Amino acid sequence: MTRHFLDRIAGEGAALNAFITIDEAKSLAQAKAADARIARGQAGPLTGIPVAHKDLFCAKDWLTTAGSKILGNFVSPYDSHVIAQFDRAGAVLLGKANMDEFAMGSSNENSHFGPVKNPWDLAAVPGGSSGGSAAAVAARLAPAATGTDTGGSIRQPASFTGVCGLRPTYGRVSRHGIVAFASSLDQAGALGKTAEDLAILLGTMAGYDERDSTCIDRPVDDYAAMLSGGVKGLRVGVPREYFTKDLAQDVAAPIRAAIDELAKLGAKVVEVSLPNQHLSVAAYYVIAPAEASSNLSRYDGVRYGYRAPEYADLNDMYRKTRAQGFGPEVKRRVLIGTYVLSHGYYDAYYVQAQKIRRLIANDFIAAFRDCDLIVGPAAPSVAFDLGSKATDPVQMYLDDLYTIPINLAGLPGLSIPCGFGNKGRPVGLQVVGNYFDEARMLRAAHAFQQATDWHTRVPKGFE
Amino acid sequence: MTWEVVIGLETHAQLTTDSKIFSGAATRFGSSPNTQASAVDLAMPGTLPVLNKGAVERAIRFGLAVGGTIAPCSTFERKNYFYPDLPKGYQISQYVRPVVSGGTVAIVVDGKEKSVSLTRAHLEEDAGKSLHEDFHGMSGIDLNRAGTPLLEIVSEPDMRSAAEAVAYAKALHSLVRWIGICDGNMQEGSFRCDANVSVRRAGEPLGTRCEIKNLNSFRFLEKAIEYEVRRQVDLIEDGGKVVQETRLFDPDRGETRPMRSKEDAHDYRYFPDPDLLPVEITSQWIDRVRSEMPELPAALRGRFEAKGISAYDAHLLTESREKAHFFARTAEATSAPMITVAHWVNGEVTANANTQGVAFDKLPVNVTSFARLLDRIHDGTISAKAAKEVLHAMAAGEGEPDAIIDKRGLRQISDAGAIESAVDAVIAANARLVDDYRAGKDKAFNALVGQVMKATQGKANPARAGEILRGKLKRG
Repeated sequence: MTRHFLDRIAGEGAALNAFITIDEAKSLAQAKAADARIARGQAGPLTGIPVAHKDLFCAKDWLTTAGSKILGNFVSPYDSHVIAQFDRAGAVLLGKANMDEFAMGSSNENSHFGPVKNPWDLAAVPGGSSGGSAAAVAARLAPAATGTDTGGSIRQPASFTGVCGLRPTYGRVSRHGIVAFASSLDQAGALGKTAEDLAILLGTMAGYDERDSTCIDRPVDDYAAMLSGGVKGLRVGVPREYFTKDLAQDVAAPIRAAIDELAKLGAKVVEVSLPNQHLSVAAYYVIAPAEASSNLSRYDGVRYGYRAPEYADLNDMYRKTRAQGFGPEVKRRVLIGTYVLSHGYYDAYYVQAQKIRRLIANDFIAAFRDCDLIVGPAAPSVAFDLGSKATDPVQMYLDDLYTIPINLAGLPGLSIPCGFGNKGRPVGLQVVGNYFDEARMLRAAHAFQQATDWHTRVPKGFE
Repeated sequence: MTWEVVIGLETHAQLTTDSKIFSGAATRFGSSPNTQASAVDLAMPGTLPVLNKGAVERAIRFGLAVGGTIAPCSTFERKNYFYPDLPKGYQISQYVRPVVSGGTVAIVVDGKEKSVSLTRAHLEEDAGKSLHEDFHGMSGIDLNRAGTPLLEIVSEPDMRSAAEAVAYAKALHSLVRWIGICDGNMQEGSFRCDANVSVRRAGEPLGTRCEIKNLNSFRFLEKAIEYEVRRQVDLIEDGGKVVQETRLFDPDRGETRPMRSKEDAHDYRYFPDPDLLPVEITSQWIDRVRSEMPELPAALRGRFEAKGISAYDAHLLTESREKAHFFARTAEATSAPMITVAHWVNGEVTANANTQGVAFDKLPVNVTSFARLLDRIHDGTISAKAAKEVLHAMAAGEGEPDAIIDKRGLRQISDAGAIESAVDAVIAANARLVDDYRAGKDKAFNALVGQVMKATQGKANPARAGEILRGKLKRG
């Protein structure tokens, strides 16, 4: 099976640029070990299954670049918790997936290793930052992939490429060994073809890890066993703020149809309100850069990673290393973050943003008194064309409008394919659950997929 | 013109945890470079800090010892700046909610007691070390020390002289060792001070301060402050102004020189560390730490003073827990009065310990033997002078005091007959001194006693010899 996917990556997948690192020998050795394990009768559901990992996860002896030149030569000396969990399950590390540099981006155009293409339309972006993971699953270059979601980096590319993507509750999966972008928002999750796949993947990744102080010690549900049961009687909330002029018509229609489908399956659709939702992008683009500016200070050319070849003195070394090592989007966010934390601006920006964050979380807490799940679009549009938003960062940031509030509140959210919009590009339905309510979200998604076939569609040329 | 000196100290005490404050790496001193640095200490991508509860516990211990307030919820902040030996590009420290707020430390200067108030004591991680030698124009980085837990203890600007600052630093040094949170090894940098110094004319508002960094001995602390005070006073008297800046002390030249000015000061961009949750410090936790605390020096001083020891002696006796124990156990084991024990412990024994550079629990002389020695002074067997000799011999491993006294023939002559014959001989041989004494010259008496001591090779009990001499001269 690993051979099969390696061949697809090198063959029809090559045009997508979905991977940064492939190491056939290592992957095949793991596959062999998995075969032996299966022969011994000790196989689990993921034993021998190849999984692509976003290049943000440290994997021992693998290049781990975070999509950046500054880590372009960094071979990790250790495994992240997530990688170790997949190892334990007997999964095969198929390759390190391309991504926006340090997970900063919504189009995968910010990778030092070149943009990823959307398998549904090579002129379109696959979304970001987990664009390589999403494209790989959509083009069937990998049966499953991991991703991280700081502001929508799993759900938005899942939506753009017509696959399923889940961001769990903050603290459900350990961040140990994940190159940090914004610590209070980063969360690892998974991308797969079906809700059922997501359930198996999450069951493998989730769990307490004492090496991450923000990881929560709480039993992990048996997500796969809890898939059945349908949505009968489930209260599905639709925020009245969701269907505005910000939402493209070609997205709105399939989303409404999907909500109708859920109602048809027995869910009770109720209107809820998230009144502070419009503040979320602004708050996010203060908090995330603030944390990033500090998190990325360690890339200074002193101990590992890229160092400028020529420099006059220490400060010159810092300046040149970081000027040459970071791409423009990363620099922009480091500058924003440094600015909002500076003396005299901290209260006006950082403290205010934290207050907004609290208001947004409170909106959700209130909404979940009236419903069990919240549904809506994962992104305001279908995948846009490569290069079309590259020069307008604010327009790019606004693309995260539907995903960011969930990160600010620390909630779980997933996206499943629910139709197609303009140019035959996929549309994703976002399902948001209450804290640690992943099992209910997956159950609803599974019920939807039992009744529809959007998730079975494969882009042309990748069947 | 009278100048008032205003000093506040920031002290870094390295905590005695076996592992670092946010990683599992060891904190031992002196290992080969970078052998005690884990992936977390190296700030490898994806690594996260995990708080060592032992460090928090030591901070609580300190808070209780100084009577400060322990925060029920304490938070960690990041202090951001670039330096090669600061691997993450930020130091995890505490800014808004330190573990300890307030508290006081008692000092004695020139026999007068004074209380120095504390602002706060917070936890933070140490940086690594830059090695500028041996690398042919490059610098080496040793990250063994990176992540070592520190308690930064900040005083109010309550000290008014270098002597007070040194007394405070010593009292703090003694206290952190007493409660077992810091080994106090100043050579290894386990205890170091930054001094904030300013001067003002009496009655005026506070002057501009300068901070002198990294003073790692009490002597340097004293010299640096004295130099800095002189520098500031001279500057102002010459019509100049003190500029707020950070200065370094050069021990070889005995002067401070500028390191960076206020304009160059970093904007540290403090913000709450999102990788660490706030630490909840419950009253149960505080109670448990309290129940494990040793009796504090202040309480012990109170007990000593109640038994007639002076405040000054009591302060000296409680310099360290080991010394106080040595004193208390000796006092219990000897028939000599407590004041004698105090004088001997603070005097000769301390001097010996200092010369040999050993702590009171590592003295070559044990409590039982030392108590025997004091018994011999008290019962008149030997003179104080001879006792010093015996103590040295004991320290040199020559055995028990009684054996040494016998072997060296140090027993005093208290026998009246023996002393009398010596006195008679001295009176007969020193007619002039005898006449002088009788003519009212008291000095002559001391000279006569001296002669008796000389005649007995110093073995006569001087008090007895004096008595007998006085008696004979009166009678004659």
